[in-house]
Amino acid sequence: MSVANRPVHRPLSPHLQVYRPQITSVLSILHRATGIALSVGALYLATWVIYAAASPKAYALFQSFNTSIVGRIVLGGWLFCVFYHLCNGIRHLFWDAGYGFELKDAYRSGWIVIVVSLVATAVSWIVGLRLV
Amino acid sequence: MSDLRSPLARARGLGSARDGLAHWWAQRLTAIALIPLVVWFAISLVMLSGADYGVVRAWIGSPLVMVLLILTIAVGLHHGQLGLQVVIEDYVHGDGRKLALIVAVRFVAAVFGLAAIVAVLRIGFGG
Repeated sequence: MSVANRPVHRPLSPHLQVYRPQITSVLSILHRATGIALSVGALYLATWVIYAAASPKAYALFQSFNTSIVGRIVLGGWLFCVFYHLCNGIRHLFWDAGYGFELKDAYRSGWIVIVVSLVATAVSWIVGLRLV
Repeated sequence: MSDLRSPLARARGLGSARDGLAHWWAQRLTAIALIPLVVWFAISLVMLSGADYGVVRAWIGSPLVMVLLILTIAVGLHHGQLGLQVVIEDYVHGDGRKLALIVAVRFVAAVFGLAAIVAVLRIGFGG
């Protein structure tokens, strides 16, 4: 076999189902999951603005869902996705700048992200609930 | 560890050095822009929870909100499509399906983004 045809041994991504969950890996996959959820949410929010421009009747349809129990739960999920992706995104930007790579720091920043996003979600969700 | 690129890829001169940096940079730039935008938008959305049609339209139509909202729509959807592209590249196998999905994401983002921006302008300028 010539050198050019020799197979290249590339590193493989860890297979999630056989990989012991750790806070670092769980938060990493959660960043992607919330990112995908926010992309879908963006389409819903775009539709919300489009309906607001369309007619009062069209908008009332949206508003009746938004103020329902299901709508409130969806908003809570959206708020968590926003705050989590925001906080963990800032954590990523620090990594991009070269800070926080020590395992101890990665764990600590991970816990900060979890606590801050949960508190921000709870506070904003309760404020929204009282305004409905 | 040996070279991670196959001889063919090396010969073609492909890889992250070609256009990967532009994608990476755009993702970071939109991320930084979205920090203040998304905080403002999330707070606004919560404060509008019980608002009726007239209040929401008055809010969307005010000049500052129009500017920030259009920025949030454009930057947010751009950031979203960049992120989804990476997810698709990682998890969808087969070049045809991969390309089709990336194109679909771009088209959907463009249509919804433009429609939402037109809606904001309509409300603001009373169309």
